Amino acid sequence: MQKFTQLNGLVAPLDRANVDTDLIIPKQFLKSIKRTGFGPNLFDELRYLDEGFPGQDCSQRPLNPDFVLNQPRFQQSEVLLSRQNFGCGSSREHAPWALVDYGFRAVIAPSFADIFFNNAPKNGLLLIQLDENTVDRLFNEVNASEGYRLLIDLPAQTVTTPSGEVLRFEMDPFRKHCLIEGLDDIGITLQDADAIKAYEAKQAAHTPWIFN
Amino acid sequence: MAQTLYDKLWDAHLVKQRDDGTALIYIDRHLLHEVTSPQAFEGLRLANRKPWRLNANLATPDHNVPTTLKERAQGVSGIEDETSRIQVQTLDDNCDEFGITEFKINDLRQGIVHVVGPEQGATLPGMTLVCGDSHTATHGAFAALAHGVGTSEVEHVLATQCLIQRKMKNLLIQVDGELQPGVTAKDIILAVIGEIGTAGGTGYAMEFAGSAISSLSMEGRMTICNMAIEAGARVGLVGCDQITLDYVKGRPFAPKGEQWDQAVAYWNTLHSDADAVFDKVVKLDAASIEPQVSWGTSPEMVVAVNGRVPDPAKAADENLRKSWEAALKYMGLKPNQAITDIQLDRVFIGSCTNSRIEDLRAAAEVAKGRKVAATLKQALVVPGSGLVKQQAEEEGLDKIFIEAGFEWREPGCSMCLAMNADKLGQGEHCASTSNRNFEGRQGYGGRTHLVSPAMAAAAAIAGHFVDVREF
Repeated sequence: MQKFTQLNGLVAPLDRANVDTDLIIPKQFLKSIKRTGFGPNLFDELRYLDEGFPGQDCSQRPLNPDFVLNQPRFQQSEVLLSRQNFGCGSSREHAPWALVDYGFRAVIAPSFADIFFNNAPKNGLLLIQLDENTVDRLFNEVNASEGYRLLIDLPAQTVTTPSGEVLRFEMDPFRKHCLIEGLDDIGITLQDADAIKAYEAKQAAHTPWIFN
Repeated sequence: MAQTLYDKLWDAHLVKQRDDGTALIYIDRHLLHEVTSPQAFEGLRLANRKPWRLNANLATPDHNVPTTLKERAQGVSGIEDETSRIQVQTLDDNCDEFGITEFKINDLRQGIVHVVGPEQGATLPGMTLVCGDSHTATHGAFAALAHGVGTSEVEHVLATQCLIQRKMKNLLIQVDGELQPGVTAKDIILAVIGEIGTAGGTGYAMEFAGSAISSLSMEGRMTICNMAIEAGARVGLVGCDQITLDYVKGRPFAPKGEQWDQAVAYWNTLHSDADAVFDKVVKLDAASIEPQVSWGTSPEMVVAVNGRVPDPAKAADENLRKSWEAALKYMGLKPNQAITDIQLDRVFIGSCTNSRIEDLRAAAEVAKGRKVAATLKQALVVPGSGLVKQQAEEEGLDKIFIEAGFEWREPGCSMCLAMNADKLGQGEHCASTSNRNFEGRQGYGGRTHLVSPAMAAAAAIAGHFVDVREF
């Protein structure tokens, strides 16, 4: 997993509430048995004017010129700005895989759906929750100025705007630690293998049918 | 201290509380399917890890499996779509390699993972249960702590039998009173989502209680918990009672003999204490719930069947107006259009929400002796498992459907999510008993309307939405 410390990233505004995981990566692309290669199909139904199929060469497909990621000024953006309840819907981790594969390192929104909120940081994707008024203001600023970048500092838990305004965000200490160090959860949990075995031994007497 | 059901389940599975506020929670049961597991098995192989406790796992392919007899006849090798075939084959290979029990494609016990778990007694009260699918909330109907996880967590559970979690808050949805005839569990949950919105349950474990819930069958309770995630809650819950015990008893994975008695003594404690405190309470009157139909592209966009498509000009705020306008455009509907005027192209009865025997009986009762409207291109009935299909055929439901002009299919997720051959065409309207009406969910450009099985059957006969109470 890629470590996340600081990022000075170009911002793309996706002005839409309840961006669901079917929208982020449509179902036909979930048939892959790999973790990579989803980037060209990120937001497939918004991004292209035709229907997409797995394995096709997306460079030949007709682009939707109205979609934000197709506009020249938002090429190479690394920070996605969106509205409330981002990532709602299915548990598919293909959604954060697609965002990361495309090149996004962080998503800023007023709220995130629970399962997506859990999945994203495990793939090095930082989710930043800012209040609705602030997000509204950021939308206005991004739309008003080309090349708009935000400086994200995870250790300090701050987002700094081009005008120098510093916005603080909340972050779970465990997720923060794993993101900064690029740590794998499984290794951390296996350090507690003895506690897991002790729990199982205790439960085997209390609820033996679980272990049948 | 008085506890909620969620508090009790959490405490019973706490392996270790950590200083940073996270907790290690033990997972009793892990269900797997072909879509979200291949990368997790690959991760195990790369790290040279083995499953922690093999018998915690149960797998079956569901999302990609074709539902026509023709394609099913040759098993995996008969799946025409190459990427689907590879995914199903990969699940078989992984389960064989690691020694995980799997109900393969043409096993009588195969089906949608959330139908199979309860049917086998692999879902039991008091368990923690996870699966790489957001509709795992379904299993909360058994007073089990169940939720969907991503692929990293599938791998985490395989390797450690635990998950790192933070405790959620408690939300109570209290539904009292008696449902009107023709109004079902599906209408309750759609009405709840319409009331609290798709993010109304975010951060909460959502318990359903009240006389309208306790009088539901297990099938109805599963339908309700299944869609907790559509209201933002990863976890749906219903307390354990006699209806739960009667359903579980005698199923293949359920405890037997002395262990059954020991289990029942414990399971009888699995309900929220009378004076338990919830962080939020929402009350609904069952008698006032009407048959629901979704009109938009989010499950919160629902109205009663006799209602009208809303007018964006009357939206409470600017963001809502924009999302209504976008939804109307995608759905090809006009403001103030009557729901009963929406003409349908296809009807789908199935999915992990509504493909159990009771759902099929409700649809068959409406379809009996009638004919699917000639204007419809297709009306599908897809049982949730091989065993549901067998039971339905023993009851003669298949004949009722076929005589009425429905197609009777093999078990799988089918048209709920268009990962298999069953799909909507662009612009087609579908009355669907599934759970999500997101853009493109049932096929590129497809237009989904979520309804109950009885409402879907009535719509199939009429060719448009009708009030099943007057049908």
